[in-house]
Amino acid sequence: MNLGQRFYLREVVAGVALTAGHFFRNMGKHIAHALGRKDARGAVTIQYPEERRPYSPRLRTLHRLVRREDGSPRCVACMMCETVCPARCIYIVATEHPNPEIEKMPERFDIDLGKCVFCGYCVEACPEDAIRMDTGILEFSSYSRLGMIYTKETLLALEPATADGKPTSPVPIPATRTV
Amino acid sequence: MPKLTIDGKEIEVEAGTNLIEAARRLGIEVPHYCYHPGLSIAGQCRLCMVDIEKAPRPTIACNTTAGDGMVVHTDTERVRDTRRSIMEFHLINHPLDCPVCDQAGECWLQIYYMKHGLYDPRMVDEKVHKPKAVPLGPHVMLDAERCILCSRCVRFCDEITGTGELGIFHRGDHSEIGLFPGRDLENNYSANVVDICPVGALTDRDFRFQVRVWYLDTTKSICTGCARGCNVDVHVNRRRPHHAEGRRVARLKPRFNAEVNAWWLCDIGRYHFDFVDAATRLTAPVRRNPGGPADVTWDEAVAGVADALRRYPPEQVAVLASPQMANEDLIALRRVLETRGIREVAFDVPPTALAKDDDFLLRADRTPNRRGATLIGLGGDAGGLMAAARSGRIKCLWVFHHDLLAAGWPAAEVSRALGRIETVIFTGTNANATSERAHWVLPAAAWVEREGTFTNFEGRVQRFRTALEPLGQALPEWELLGRVLVGLGGTAAGRRAEHWFRELTGAVDAFAGMSYQSLGDLGRLVAGATASGLPTPPGQRASAHA
Repeated sequence: MNLGQRFYLREVVAGVALTAGHFFRNMGKHIAHALGRKDARGAVTIQYPEERRPYSPRLRTLHRLVRREDGSPRCVACMMCETVCPARCIYIVATEHPNPEIEKMPERFDIDLGKCVFCGYCVEACPEDAIRMDTGILEFSSYSRLGMIYTKETLLALEPATADGKPTSPVPIPATRTV
Repeated sequence: MPKLTIDGKEIEVEAGTNLIEAARRLGIEVPHYCYHPGLSIAGQCRLCMVDIEKAPRPTIACNTTAGDGMVVHTDTERVRDTRRSIMEFHLINHPLDCPVCDQAGECWLQIYYMKHGLYDPRMVDEKVHKPKAVPLGPHVMLDAERCILCSRCVRFCDEITGTGELGIFHRGDHSEIGLFPGRDLENNYSANVVDICPVGALTDRDFRFQVRVWYLDTTKSICTGCARGCNVDVHVNRRRPHHAEGRRVARLKPRFNAEVNAWWLCDIGRYHFDFVDAATRLTAPVRRNPGGPADVTWDEAVAGVADALRRYPPEQVAVLASPQMANEDLIALRRVLETRGIREVAFDVPPTALAKDDDFLLRADRTPNRRGATLIGLGGDAGGLMAAARSGRIKCLWVFHHDLLAAGWPAAEVSRALGRIETVIFTGTNANATSERAHWVLPAAAWVEREGTFTNFEGRVQRFRTALEPLGQALPEWELLGRVLVGLGGTAAGRRAEHWFRELTGAVDAFAGMSYQSLGDLGRLVAGATASGLPTPPGQRASAHA
């Protein structure tokens, strides 16, 4: 530090000048924008949640279970996702499928999103392409741990997001949610 | 004895040994499906091809007996090529539905495919479709598409059980395993075909879809279904408690012991583990007052039981031990009895229906340790004890495991006798009508939740090991008896089952010189016992083919 810097005063003034410069420039642009100059844009704050940044198509969002044509899950309860899951948040109970060609299906398929780390290994491991993380839904929350458990029925009802990542299904509310 | 060289290593084997067994002794694995050491040689799968010097082409190892001076190569380029072609052939019509197949994870088709597979299939035609999920009997489910027609199951039913329910029907790629018309696979050894099936064609209906095999842990144990004491592996699921409705024991699989059960296990023994995870399990010590039952701590229960044993004079106390108890428990019980001088002791309660030996492994005596209880000297027939109870001479009765109200005595008579006893103590794994009448209930750990030894009908002492933690507060009987012994002023032999076994070897001559180490995995005969060995399978007796 040289002598000038050690006095601080000059640095404080320089800092205030920088902040003030930005402030007045932005204010001018905002006023111009409000008065109809559409090409003038101020600071780039996105007004979430009214305004949203487009999501990347490869973003991992809330899981969904893919359906067959008859609406039953494509999942065959092979337990690959349950086995590979590092957070151990998937709970599958298998049962006999009425069609011996399919043979096996999940009786229960719960994901505890309170534990999920969104690593996407379940999607990678699935041999049937039965689980995907493409709903675009990120805003799920709950006041209780039980409310974070999403069941097979909830996950089956979800639809994929649009190309720019906008969710097409409403944020699901688990039936077990208490508050 | 022929001396041969396999992959450059020399070995001398008995005449008549085939090349797969000779190689196994050198630690060299020759892949195979249809060959099973307990069955005849079929030569169906053609996978066990090896190169023998001076032979023009690869030869199957299972049907080639070792010859003197033979030079065998199991890993030449030509052998690997042959295996790859044969694997490709086996997989032409295989559905590759590993995700839904219960065998996945312990499937030899998967294992050998990873080792010897041709990863780029050349078949373009539609696969042949065959029946799926066909129940063959009470325990076995068939998926004909997955079958590679090794014929092990057919040979098992012909050569071991001699019942001959299964056959291979149709021709060419339409060949499939099936039942002869009007037959069901319902012999008492039916589930063994699931064990020997190298692929997922035959699966266990009881185990089907319950747990994936990679979640299971294996522990060496002994079957408690009858007095033979077949060696088994207990498979338990401790990692995914939401599977199989929370049942921890998933299945029993036979473990090879040439002297007892070889590779086999009967269905009665195999499915004799339901009680371990049943809702009737006792999980906490209970004191039953006139006001109703109340859970108590172990300290209170042990003090209460010791107090009851001390309060009554020894001739008013009777103990009904059980042949379900391990040797360690029985010696601990004997020490308790000796401390108080109790004489009225028996273990043999008449069953309601007399069971019979079957024609192979299953014994009429459906308890694992009657021989041990006899050797340790805990009396025998409980008839005299019951008569004494009816006469009102017995004031305190300690019952282990038995349900007296479901025994071969008239229930009303037993009920009256129990009513005249002031203090009934019950120790067992599961609640029953007798435990409902007991004033003290002490929960015992099931055999898979602890370690110990059983003595089978011929006097073979065999170890079983701990596969699970005890349910609730249940304790092994040797432990709770040791605590009661301390409560009576005695000293317990130790805090491990092994300490009690050492106590036993010092106290009972028949067990002298034994230790857990010397028992090993296959057990040891008590002094003076003669081994009867494995019975001849029904399918191999002269009368079977007459």
